[in-house]
Amino acid sequence: MTLGDPRSFCDLAPQLVPLDYTSCPDVKVPYELIGSMPELKDNPFRQRIAQVFSEDGDGHMTLDNFLDMFSVMSEMAPRDLKAYYAFKIYDFNNDGYICAWDLEQTVTKLTRGELSAEEVSLVCEKVLDEADGDHDGRLSLEDFQNMILRAPDFLSTFHIRI
Amino acid sequence: MAQPLNFVLSVPETPEDHGQEPSPYDESEVHDSFHQLIEEQSRWVGAGALGWCEAGAAPDCPPRPAGRSRGAILSQYYNRTVRLRRRVSRPEVRGVGRSARPSLRLYDLELDPAALEEEEKRFLLVKELQGLTVAQQDHMLRGMPLGLAEKRCLRSESRTLTGKRRGRQGRHGLLPCCGQLRDACVLALHSLGLWLLSGLPALMPWRYALKRIGGQFGSSVLSYFLFLKTLLAFNVLLLLPLLAFIVGVQAAFPPASPGSVPTFTGLELLTGGGRFTHTVLYYGYYSNSTLNQPCAPPLEGDQCGREANGLPYSMPLAYLFTVGVAFFITCITLVYSMSRSFGESFRVGSASGVHAITVFCSWDHKVTQRRASRLQHDSIRTHLKELLADWQLRQGSRSACGRLRQVAVLGFVWLLCVGTTLGCTVAVYAFSELMIKSPTSAEQEGALLALPVVVCLLNLGAPYLYRGLAALERHDSPVLEVYVAICRNLILKMAILGILCYHWLGRRVGTLKDQCWENFVGQELYRLMVLDFIFVLLDTLFGELLWRLISEKKLKRREKPEFDIAGNVLELIYGQTLTWLGVLFAPLLPAVQIMKLLLVFYVKKTSLMANCRAPRRPWLASHMSTVFISLLCFPSFLGAAVFLCYAVWQVKPSSVCGPFRTLDTMYEAGKVWVRRLEKAGPRVSWVPWVHRYLVENTFPVYLVSALLLAVIYLNIQVVKGQRRVICLLKEQISNEGEDKIFLINKLHSIYERKERR
Repeated sequence: MTLGDPRSFCDLAPQLVPLDYTSCPDVKVPYELIGSMPELKDNPFRQRIAQVFSEDGDGHMTLDNFLDMFSVMSEMAPRDLKAYYAFKIYDFNNDGYICAWDLEQTVTKLTRGELSAEEVSLVCEKVLDEADGDHDGRLSLEDFQNMILRAPDFLSTFHIRI
Repeated sequence: MAQPLNFVLSVPETPEDHGQEPSPYDESEVHDSFHQLIEEQSRWVGAGALGWCEAGAAPDCPPRPAGRSRGAILSQYYNRTVRLRRRVSRPEVRGVGRSARPSLRLYDLELDPAALEEEEKRFLLVKELQGLTVAQQDHMLRGMPLGLAEKRCLRSESRTLTGKRRGRQGRHGLLPCCGQLRDACVLALHSLGLWLLSGLPALMPWRYALKRIGGQFGSSVLSYFLFLKTLLAFNVLLLLPLLAFIVGVQAAFPPASPGSVPTFTGLELLTGGGRFTHTVLYYGYYSNSTLNQPCAPPLEGDQCGREANGLPYSMPLAYLFTVGVAFFITCITLVYSMSRSFGESFRVGSASGVHAITVFCSWDHKVTQRRASRLQHDSIRTHLKELLADWQLRQGSRSACGRLRQVAVLGFVWLLCVGTTLGCTVAVYAFSELMIKSPTSAEQEGALLALPVVVCLLNLGAPYLYRGLAALERHDSPVLEVYVAICRNLILKMAILGILCYHWLGRRVGTLKDQCWENFVGQELYRLMVLDFIFVLLDTLFGELLWRLISEKKLKRREKPEFDIAGNVLELIYGQTLTWLGVLFAPLLPAVQIMKLLLVFYVKKTSLMANCRAPRRPWLASHMSTVFISLLCFPSFLGAAVFLCYAVWQVKPSSVCGPFRTLDTMYEAGKVWVRRLEKAGPRVSWVPWVHRYLVENTFPVYLVSALLLAVIYLNIQVVKGQRRVICLLKEQISNEGEDKIFLINKLHSIYERKERR
């Protein structure tokens, strides 16, 4: 996506609310519609994604938020940008760090709740062992980015094709 | 490495005026988060909320500003821009206020106790952006985690101000209309670019098909189809110079026909002989003279009625150079894409963080179908369970007996596999000798298909045997299993191709002395390619479709077969090796390969959608694509290049056909040309000089090799150094974390003492 004319991006989601975007750019699409898009409807993190990219953190997105979301999740976005937003998505309580509670939420969403509580806490422990560089019990953005550097698959998995 | 800190913390009497005392962190560059932490602590103490939040008790934490504030992001990118600009030029002192020290203003806005407003930070960022080039500006803006609208504003602001500044400093004497014309041109180009960009998705082939495949099967299966697309691009790159300089020219000036042309029977499509023999498809058709030459008297009834003012075109020279240049371009492109792929997927000093990577990077956001999404949940859950089980097993001691048993089983299976490979190689060799001893006449063209059929059958059957044997050995990691399978299959295919190359260049040249052996080799490669395609179709039919029908009806299992990524990719690499081997003898072989790849794409896609499911175990897609492209470069392209070099330098071309029929080796065409240039005159004398002193002489070759070895050694040492530095930095980070905790505890105790007073 380029920073170009917004009209050319209207055809991206024609099934969304068909409003005239050129005249009223302040319309917010409710989260229910975003969450039922074919690209997002089976994604366990769709609620967090919508919350992170929406203006007020409630999941309702304007056109600009929508463009932001797909721009970051596209192929062309640089790795650091994707890592920044991925960090925000996994930070469930929005405190600027991924603590153990955030990790538990992530693992539960990832496995649809099919791992036992003991297994989940064991996994969270191992993740903190591996990724926490300054040993403060939670992951900062720098720890997360450092870990992402070691994962060459990140660019190809953190990508939504439109 | 942690040194005890022995400065005394000057705790102010009232918590609010912490900015008036010159604290230590103002003057030097301190760790960002440490500074933030102290600020937070003093803010909380001021607000009355004492207490450090333990990690894990998130709901009790006092609310903090959501993520990083915009001001922080602007400051961070301001710093980055300054650093980038300073790499290019010295910083401007004009923009700095007179009262401020340069070190503070230009180094870190966040440490400035006067806490600039967001607007001022933004203004400073825009000013810094102007100092960069347009490309750097775009790169910087693309990486910023701000909204698109914001980025658009920043970009337009930095562009207009740059334009104005450049306009001011720029040409004084030029007319103003030139500037307007230039702007109009730029705008027109910009809108053309946007129009092309919007039309680009329509031009890119298979975009929707790839999206469906990615959505249903994930990134790993998609990597096979992307690799196929890459191969298609390589073949088009190879075909274009061949078409332009060899095939096109010879088709425009066809040589005298050798007599009766055999009628077209359907068998030609399989054997490549018969009607196809005397066409541009093969080496033998190409003439060995200079085409379009102005008429000279003593010519043996050659084409003499042409225009005398055309450009003379030496076909032997063109043939040699075009094939050489095409290979060289392919080599450069391959090495470049391989190095880029390596740069993406391998990192220096990366320890295994497999749990973290599984939790954060394994969910493939491309998957959009419900069933596939459920499969992904299952596979991630299984993987996490396996990792935990593995870890628990490793906690317990592994018996020496078990380890010995595993080594023995491994050795046994490897022995069997190597034995199978040897057996296949000997079988191909024996069969090829048999084919030499019983030559086929012109009517029995079909018998020529026997050797390719045997080769294809062995290539098809042996991997299934390897898969069966691999079920005996139990590897710890599924990735290792895949690598081992790829290794075995590769050894088999390369061994068989090696025997065939020896058979062609070593034996066939001798036995086909008075005939056109190059045509024969070209036809053999054509046959191998076509039969390989037919066997791929058969394999898809039997391996996937029939297996699914059998397992559903007879065995009553609802499980579809897995798509075998490694096997299919090796098939593609094998086909590409055949193309590269045959380019010298059949210049249109890349066109055949392109058609084959197009058909294989559609066949595999249809079969995949109908019959297969994604691999059960998670797959490192990007590591795999690096492995695929390096396999394409190293055994495959290198082998073909060695074969080509041997054929050009050492083998005597046949004397009855082709562009090199009067020469001792193909390379002699180049030498003859250089000698002619020597006689031509002093203007082009540098070419013979270069040829004599750099190409024929062996000293430059040794020098270049020595230089390359030195460069490789230096790079290895640099990587080792980087690894050490990374280790040291990691230690430093962990030590700073400990320092932080120590200082926080100290602050705690000081405030508690204050409270108690």
